[in-house]
Amino acid sequence: MRGKLKVYLGYAAGVGKTFRMLDDAQALRQKGADVAIGYFEPHGRKETIAKIEGLEIIPRKKLAYAGSQFEEMDTEAILQRKPAVALVDEFAHTNVPGSARLKRWQDVEALLDAGIDVLTTLNVQHLESLNDQVWDVTGVRVRETVPDWVVDGADEVIFVDLTPRALRNRLERGVVYAPEKAQKAMENFFIESNLTALREMAMRHAAHELEEKLESAPAGRAEGREAERILICLTGRPSSAMLIRRARRVADYLQAGCLALHVKREPAMDEVAERHLNFARNLRIETHVVQGEDVAKTIADFARNERVTQIFMGRSAPLPWWKRFEETTVQKLVRQAHDMQVTIVAERRR
Amino acid sequence: MSKHEDRRPDPGELLRRVEAGERRESRGRLKVFLGYAPRVGKSLRMFDEGRRRKERGQDVVVAALQQPAGPEIQAVVDRLETVPQDQGAIDLVAMFRRHPQVCLIDGLAQSNPPGSRNPQRWQDVRDLLDHGIAVITAVNVQHIREQQDAVERITHRRAAHSIPQAFLQEADEIEVVDAPPEALLEGAAPAKMPDARQLSELRELALLLAADVIDRQLQGYLDEHGVTARWGAQERILVCLTPKSNAVEMLRSGYRNATRFHGALIAAYVEQSEIGAEDRTRLESHLTLARELGAEVHCLQGADFVQAILDFGRDQRITQLFLGHSMRNPRTAFLRGPMDRLIDAADEFDVRIFPHRNAE
Repeated sequence: MRGKLKVYLGYAAGVGKTFRMLDDAQALRQKGADVAIGYFEPHGRKETIAKIEGLEIIPRKKLAYAGSQFEEMDTEAILQRKPAVALVDEFAHTNVPGSARLKRWQDVEALLDAGIDVLTTLNVQHLESLNDQVWDVTGVRVRETVPDWVVDGADEVIFVDLTPRALRNRLERGVVYAPEKAQKAMENFFIESNLTALREMAMRHAAHELEEKLESAPAGRAEGREAERILICLTGRPSSAMLIRRARRVADYLQAGCLALHVKREPAMDEVAERHLNFARNLRIETHVVQGEDVAKTIADFARNERVTQIFMGRSAPLPWWKRFEETTVQKLVRQAHDMQVTIVAERRR
Repeated sequence: MSKHEDRRPDPGELLRRVEAGERRESRGRLKVFLGYAPRVGKSLRMFDEGRRRKERGQDVVVAALQQPAGPEIQAVVDRLETVPQDQGAIDLVAMFRRHPQVCLIDGLAQSNPPGSRNPQRWQDVRDLLDHGIAVITAVNVQHIREQQDAVERITHRRAAHSIPQAFLQEADEIEVVDAPPEALLEGAAPAKMPDARQLSELRELALLLAADVIDRQLQGYLDEHGVTARWGAQERILVCLTPKSNAVEMLRSGYRNATRFHGALIAAYVEQSEIGAEDRTRLESHLTLARELGAEVHCLQGADFVQAILDFGRDQRITQLFLGHSMRNPRTAFLRGPMDRLIDAADEFDVRIFPHRNAE
């Protein structure tokens, strides 16, 4: 049987996710559960370190990369030890090159598959679908992301809250980071408006996870659900990643099907488009490639065939002057797909 | 920070802010721990914060404790000074005399016994704040008046005592106390507790309530600093109504989207001078439907339809614009229509095109 996944969701470093996770682990241990720490990041926080007392720690694995020593979670050792419950801090972590798996969430999947329950910590800004929104609000492009479906699959998501004021107080007192780093953090990422916006996102996401579970439960709300299907039109344009994330998010909330289409004019595959298709597949979007001369018509025909209700696309590139009097792909598509809704996703720029 | 011009508030708004600021300065700070059901642990969190503040040197006093208190809570309270209650109510006279920096008040929604200074405990809290005493308190979602209908739909019960949501809105800080339903059900008397499913629904309700409160506070903060907000955490959908648009489909879809996202639904039309009687009637019926679906309806003025929509959309921090489109003769495409101009200019929101039903 697959293990259960419990995610402690926060909105920034220092809100108390790890502390809360350790607190629950201690309670489990007292009830006689076989608990072990798979990976724990103490960050030198005294109260947190005190919380690990009595818990078994599975030693980390040492790896050499680019002439330096790195330490990663030793997934194989945990699998061998096979505790009932494993604690894995920092769910969104990217492993150092040369590790068996690219991402820590993939290590966690391996533990779950082996029947080990996992407790883990995550900040909301690491969710793939929120990447653009987080960047827009904070100016920070988060590199380490977790696909939403991984978190959607968690058995329990617990929102760990702390008010931004309390968090900034903790920073000031040096509880979260060393003084110099704390000062920098408070002037940049940890400004009050950023923290408030991220916190609201985390609350809404925690509520969304609950709703997903309630609706998929047998006694789910019997409110009639239209069978919506969303089609993402992919090109090689750089804003495609933003388009994919946005469409995926809307599809998730509407509980709609989600597929992606790339129309190529020539038999050869565009390398950039291929990368975008790959990205879509990582987010569990079914991808299709079709060859066609008339892009708009090809999309409309495909969409009709697939019973698509809504098409998502990026803005058309401006036409060169000699084509000024022609229609853009968006214009053509709106005219051809007149039985569907067409959404043009904004290229939100800071 | 923002690429748009900062908004300048009008003088009345400025005066209101100055007054609010002055009131805030002399007033004690209010912090509320919000839980979704009994046993979620909010009282323990509150008293524990009091203990930690005392250890950091603040003058902390317990003014109200719910009985029976669990052993964990009792252990924390024992380390704090308590001002005894006066016949089941907070002893305000004793509190004003003692005048601590911070006081801890459990069971915010409690009513006071007849003959007390205030009928409700939350009114006592307001008096304490007015006297410059900071208050940390705890409340469950079923005690928020505006949420009680929703709570009753979930649990088929209604709590007798309640506080107005506006009071929660006034809080300087609100902190959510979240825990899985199993933790609440463990060892509880089953008859008194909602079941696991009901608890999950209450939990969602509490999270969304907190998110809404925070959203309004964030908006207030941004207004205070004269900044137009960027893409917020909440979905805000603007349905653009015209006499010819397929308004029923657009509004229904907008309603559904807003509901699923727990976002806001706004409908707007741009006032036109030359409008026939038939179009006027159609527009009126669209507006009626919009109001029935709970949309906030706005009438915009402006010579330029596109500019009016863009300005309003930015001001309202919308994330999606729903727009109707007629399938006119493709040969006129080069006369870039309102749809194309909106798509070109909309940097901050998606544009969703709904074909007119009587197209072609």
